[in-house]
Amino acid sequence: MFKKESDELSSEFVLEMIEIDKTFPGVKALDHAQLKLRYGSVHALMGENGAGKSTLMKCLFGIYREDAGEIRIEGKKVFFENPEQALKNGVAMVHQELNQVLQRNIMENIWLGRFPEKNGFIDNRKMYDDTMDVFKSLEINADPRNIIGKLSVAERQMVEIAKAVSYNAKILVLDEPTSSLAEQEVEHLFRIIKKLRDEGVGIIYISHKMEEILRISDEVTIMRDGQWIATEKAEDLTIQEIVKLMVGRDLTNRYPPKTNVPGETMLEVKNLSGRYMPTCQDVSFDLHRGEILGIAGLVGSRRTELLETIFGIRTRESGEVILRNEAGELHPVKNKSSRDAISNGFAMITEERRATGIFAGMSVTFNAIIANIIGYVKRGFLSTKRIAGDTQWVIDTMRVKTPSHKTPMRSLSGGNQQKVIIGRWLLAKPEILLLDEPTRGIDVGSKYEIYQLIISLANEGKGVVMVSSEMPELLGICDRIAVMSNGRLAGILDRSEATQEEILTLAAKYI
Amino acid sequence: MESSIQVKDKKWANLADTLLNYALYIILGIMILVVIIIEPSFVSPKNLIKILSQASTRGILALGVAGLIVFAGTDLSAGRILGACAAVSASMLQSVTYASRMYPQIQEIMPKWVPFIIALAAGLIGTILVYRKTGSFQFWIPLVTTIATGLYYLFSSGTMTIWLPLLFSIIVGVAFSLLNGFGVAKLHLHAFIISLGSQLIAYGATCIYIDSQKGGAQPLASLDSQFIKLVNGSIPINDSLNIPYLVIYFALCSVVMYIIWNKTTLGKNMFAIGGNPEAAEVSGVNIVKTIMQVYLISGVLYGIAAYLEAGRIQSVTTNTGLNYELDAISGCVIGGVSFSGGVGTIPGVIIGVIILQVINYSLYYLNVNAYLQYIIKGLIIILAVSIDVRKYIKKK
Repeated sequence: MFKKESDELSSEFVLEMIEIDKTFPGVKALDHAQLKLRYGSVHALMGENGAGKSTLMKCLFGIYREDAGEIRIEGKKVFFENPEQALKNGVAMVHQELNQVLQRNIMENIWLGRFPEKNGFIDNRKMYDDTMDVFKSLEINADPRNIIGKLSVAERQMVEIAKAVSYNAKILVLDEPTSSLAEQEVEHLFRIIKKLRDEGVGIIYISHKMEEILRISDEVTIMRDGQWIATEKAEDLTIQEIVKLMVGRDLTNRYPPKTNVPGETMLEVKNLSGRYMPTCQDVSFDLHRGEILGIAGLVGSRRTELLETIFGIRTRESGEVILRNEAGELHPVKNKSSRDAISNGFAMITEERRATGIFAGMSVTFNAIIANIIGYVKRGFLSTKRIAGDTQWVIDTMRVKTPSHKTPMRSLSGGNQQKVIIGRWLLAKPEILLLDEPTRGIDVGSKYEIYQLIISLANEGKGVVMVSSEMPELLGICDRIAVMSNGRLAGILDRSEATQEEILTLAAKYI
Repeated sequence: MESSIQVKDKKWANLADTLLNYALYIILGIMILVVIIIEPSFVSPKNLIKILSQASTRGILALGVAGLIVFAGTDLSAGRILGACAAVSASMLQSVTYASRMYPQIQEIMPKWVPFIIALAAGLIGTILVYRKTGSFQFWIPLVTTIATGLYYLFSSGTMTIWLPLLFSIIVGVAFSLLNGFGVAKLHLHAFIISLGSQLIAYGATCIYIDSQKGGAQPLASLDSQFIKLVNGSIPINDSLNIPYLVIYFALCSVVMYIIWNKTTLGKNMFAIGGNPEAAEVSGVNIVKTIMQVYLISGVLYGIAAYLEAGRIQSVTTNTGLNYELDAISGCVIGGVSFSGGVGTIPGVIIGVIILQVINYSLYYLNVNAYLQYIIKGLIIILAVSIDVRKYIKKK
């Protein structure tokens, strides 16, 4: 449909991204990255978190500007200054984070930026009819006048996909479109993708779900640390090969030796449910001294909400959290607030390090001691000497690489920031650590150090609960893996018996 | 999975939500009832018309501020901009018989060069608009001549000398408002900061302007009687009831703003940017342009409000407009324009402004101590915003 016959510039590729470089302060996000997309094909883009997939797509869509390199669409060199130009030149994108105006209705969200007008006024009739046409062709059932904020995440996802399709683009980018879709909706999406592919649209498909990739895509490009690693035909690849290319080294070396030995039960969670949606429902598990318990699940399986309910950030509806001391005595704890939880020996490291973990503009010292600040008060004032001593302790034990105590947190790498945060919580002397995606956005080298740290904490007899979306990581360092599905606990697997397939099966149990 | 208890809970939650959504109107309704019980004579057509006409100029100001609040911003300078515009309007509208008027020669200067410049400018703008719409220049000669003839007629008949200050008032309002818009859209300042600064600039400029009179700083008073009639006149309905022109002007502005907010791309884009700037950006909305256009419209409304306010109070001083922005902002907030952005309606703004004026007037009507009035008004604003915020707090 979009093929050009005898144009000299034209080639078999609708899109070529060649030698793209992009540097953010302190990070080289893209290093000679490349991607070539054929007409009428589905091209999977794969890589670990932080490999640069989304950054590459944002360069294509004009959200970021590449430092070097060339982007060609249908053989013609292009440079987009903003998304408006990208959209006008036939590039549409479903963004990973659903970018929608929650207060407005479906049709206004779909036609935002290109409202149909009649005599200078918005033509609501046409907007409604056009939306219905798109929905009909994609077999979506929804009233275009419904407010977006009232839809479920899956419905919102389908609206985003319909919006991207409605641009009639030559190139369609889908960034993790199935992260919040159930099996049935995924099938629906795949039907849409196949239809568009047959019409000649080039589709870039980003996902972490290996089976999906191998089912739907024609070609696969693998990225690692911002670099292009390989482009292969999907039929020639297996899951193992993809993982090997993504990780780039033998899996055995990615995790430190497990030396911790789980002991007595120290924490029992019984039938825990939260009050306000989204929340966990009826979750029960126990945690042993010196044990690392992994929590797996798809995005939206409410793993974070479970940790937050235990930690008292979310309101508990019913259920119990019971601590058991070394003598075997039981102490039910309420954890009505995070302060309450901290004094009961809990610590929580949040998922969004930048948003809810660090104080970016403040010093390493401030970041290290802030959770424990009352401990430094001496005669009504803060004791500088003890603060300096504890900051040094954090830097030494966590092996934080920082020029000085006064360095602002934002100039440290992600891995070092995370180490300071873990150190901050250790100063509060917790017994139970709740870690939410502790290695997200951290480079491979630092990840290893964080794993070492987690294992040594378990060695000291602390209990660790760790949420992660990276299954190899869970299989690599956890003693047991609890799998969440749609807010409920689908099962707990022992390290010796757990496999990726089994985890995925459990993760889909209640969807 | 849901037990009957949970279902019951949900019903209660829905009822609570509904109550929360209308809590403001419920509380204010009760307050008005209390006033009526204390002083039954409060509800009379005459009083209501009085309240409406008092609410008019501030209502027009609030219509301008509301769009900026939809952007999750605010405008602290609206009152001082109104002061500056009102000073410009009044200085050009002083009665020709008034000895110490600011521009003694205004009648002689105007018919000579001003209409010429204005006719030319209007013709050029008209031509550019036509060109942008149709892509051809063929209408420019008829356009320029028509507009020039029309304007010349208005000047020679004397009516234009009343309308021309409105144009200058709008120009001054737009200039200040665009300064705010530039700060928000281009310099990425919070609207609070930029309007905090421009508010001082507007005040300083007003003082210098009023101070520059030959006789030194004195109120700009003794305004043209034709102008006073234009602003304070009314249409008689029956013996006891008149509909003031002010109310009609407010209604006209409201209708135009309703159309802009609900029926144009500009309005929809404004809500999109206020609700989720990233979504607007990746959907190809020109954010800078949209923000500047909304600020421009606010400037026009400030200019209109100032022109009318000058005629309403009939004496403009450096203190004219002081704290008007607070009334406008509180009116918007009471009417449900959310400070978190992306939410608000024109009917809401109108109701908010009127409710605020009802409170003002009833406190005055009940002879409440003037200082106590401030305290009551302050409490009402705090109550209004804390209820408004509750609607958007995510429960965890």
